[in-house]
Amino acid sequence: MSGRDDAAAAIAPPATAFWADPRLRGVLFQAVALALVVCLFWTMASNAGEALKRSGQATGWGFLWNTAGFDIGFKLVAYTARDRHIDALVVGLLNTLLISGLGIVLATVLGFVIGIARLSPNWLVSRMATAYVEFVRNVPLLLWILFFYLALIPVLPPVKQAMSLGDVVFLTNRGLYVPKLHWTDGAIWIVVAFVAAIVLAAAATIWSRRRQKATGHRPPDLLIGLALIVGLPVAAFFATGAPVSLEFPELKGFNFNGGLSILPELVALLFALTIYTAAYIGEIVRSGIEGVSKGQSEAASALGLTRGQRLRLVVIPQAMRIIIPPLTSQYLNLIKNSSLAAAIAFPDLVHVFAGTSLTQTGQALEILAITASIYLAISLATSGLMNVYNAMTRLKER
Amino acid sequence: MAKPAAHRAPPDRPFGPLVFDWLRENLFSSVTNTLLTVLAIAFIYAVVPPILDWAVFSAVWSGTGRADCIGEGKGACWPFIVARKDQIIYGQYFADQRWRVDVVYLAGALGLAWILIPRLPGKLWAGIGMAILFPVFAFVMLSGGVFDLPVVPTERWGGLLLTLLISVVGIAVSFPIGVLLALGRRSSLPVIRMLCVCFIEFVRGVPLITLLFMAANVVPLFMPQGVSLDKLLRALIVISLFSAAYMAEVVRGGLQALPRGQSEAAAALGLGYWQTTLLVVLPQALKISLPSIVSSCISLLKDTSLIATIGFFDFLQVIKSGNADPAWSAPNVAFTGYLFAALVYWTLCFGMSRYSAYLERTVAGGKVGAGRL
Repeated sequence: MSGRDDAAAAIAPPATAFWADPRLRGVLFQAVALALVVCLFWTMASNAGEALKRSGQATGWGFLWNTAGFDIGFKLVAYTARDRHIDALVVGLLNTLLISGLGIVLATVLGFVIGIARLSPNWLVSRMATAYVEFVRNVPLLLWILFFYLALIPVLPPVKQAMSLGDVVFLTNRGLYVPKLHWTDGAIWIVVAFVAAIVLAAAATIWSRRRQKATGHRPPDLLIGLALIVGLPVAAFFATGAPVSLEFPELKGFNFNGGLSILPELVALLFALTIYTAAYIGEIVRSGIEGVSKGQSEAASALGLTRGQRLRLVVIPQAMRIIIPPLTSQYLNLIKNSSLAAAIAFPDLVHVFAGTSLTQTGQALEILAITASIYLAISLATSGLMNVYNAMTRLKER
Repeated sequence: MAKPAAHRAPPDRPFGPLVFDWLRENLFSSVTNTLLTVLAIAFIYAVVPPILDWAVFSAVWSGTGRADCIGEGKGACWPFIVARKDQIIYGQYFADQRWRVDVVYLAGALGLAWILIPRLPGKLWAGIGMAILFPVFAFVMLSGGVFDLPVVPTERWGGLLLTLLISVVGIAVSFPIGVLLALGRRSSLPVIRMLCVCFIEFVRGVPLITLLFMAANVVPLFMPQGVSLDKLLRALIVISLFSAAYMAEVVRGGLQALPRGQSEAAAALGLGYWQTTLLVVLPQALKISLPSIVSSCISLLKDTSLIATIGFFDFLQVIKSGNADPAWSAPNVAFTGYLFAALVYWTLCFGMSRYSAYLERTVAGGKVGAGRL
């Protein structure tokens, strides 16, 4: 009996002082850290409360429903100076989303071109792409924006001698003029036809995959899909008597009439965001494609796949798994970088709300909290989607 | 036994010397490739000679104002940069006190050289000096108010002084904070982990401009009555914390890439948490994440240009406002200014990335990876 007790005593850990117990120490350490953080926030809040009371500054969210009293130079929805601050917020947010959306599309296209050019077997082409990347991304984005806005656009020709692209698109020192879509009642049918075409094209793809599994031959689903997506809306266009027309910008007197005019601020910001982000996207695309091991495409050729099939079915799907996560964070960077619009007074969320509304109301705390939350919500939503995507495309290891 | 056949002579080269082989392989290997080469040469021919001509051959090299630079066929206006030399280097710093800026430049250069030249010993002390002593020294030296130095308000600091000061101090301060945040995010203590995650995700989810606006407008509210932090100091803190959050994610990548066996082996040897972290885990993790750490530093340097949005006069703003000066205002002056600014930023950033490549090759001892561990 006593022998067993001795053994148990030998196995049991030696008695330690309480500060040497890692678990207890961990709890204590965390409690102290939490207390410090709570203390910090509490002090900050009470200081802010007192400071606001002293200054007699209005607080709370009521200001959102007060008349804003300023007009905005570029808006996607109806807005006048008599509208409220919350309407100004919406106008600014829509402008941020517009510039981000356009920037993401253009930067992705240019970025993929640059990335593929860097991998080109042609020495000259790959060197040119490298030079582009190394030059563009080592210069601050703000410099690009100022360069386009303050140096390049002012030397563009004036309206009278506009640079034109087939008399459809005009570039001048007062901005870009593009044709505008003119909608009338029947136009909704074209949208319906377009949606229907996408559904049918998806169905065609599924059908052709089944045929391939059953017979080994794949019907040309890409061609069928393309024909549907182009053909159905065109058919709807003529069937409903051409309800959509293009309105071309036309030079009348000292300015363009008709069409859609795009502010020089927007053009400069869009150019700068596009070329800057494209340099980063190019690097991501290059490393993604290089990250697919050579054996993969060799094995694909050994199976008799053509060059197109090899890229489409083997290399690109695997490269995309590497490319998508950093690509998403570049998209987020682009959205956050679009806030540099404030530097050239393009009315985005930061310029309209965290700029003009802030100076008008003086409620910096509330306004910056709202602005930060909006960006934060966009970021967190995107990274949440990203995690879902990662979980879906993770290598299935068994 | 049959003798093996004699080696055959290599086939004749159809194109003779190596140069032709190289050209054929890299530029003219197929019809598309040849077409691409022709297009690329046409593009280079259309772009490079005019730019060179504008920036060098037709450029104006001496003059005193816009009158010397405007006119048909005149290129870049370099006298503009010469005329703005002092503003570019010192900002609006009082002219008779500029020796103080020179001292700070010199101290910074010596400190950086100590850190950057791999052969010099005592890196840890150099790092501590740059992260703690140098910021304090620079701030006291530049703002004055002690040792009979006249006070120079921070609004007057500017130009490259401000850009470089914020970059160097920002990097030196954000690096240790970033490492701590990365360790905190991987800590086994849930509260610490949560606090670090919240901080990192908040900072990374918000544009720097918004944080700078907060530094300018909101942070003073949080201070106790009567206490005020200088606006530049607030901006510096915000930029450092911003960069630290990104640094933390980069270092976390390095920590995750390290095989678990490393810290397990250290624990088996009886090392505690800090010994394991400082002696085993961090040295290896930092080597792995070195390139990304340097790209965060490059981003920080570029981001310093954003302090203009809260009213500071950094290098880029000196150029911008110089272009607006009626004595110089002309289209080619604007182009010259931005070209010069781009070249300065490019030299600094590209230099940093080359330096990191050099470190990777030499000090880090080639690729650190599972194969060698």
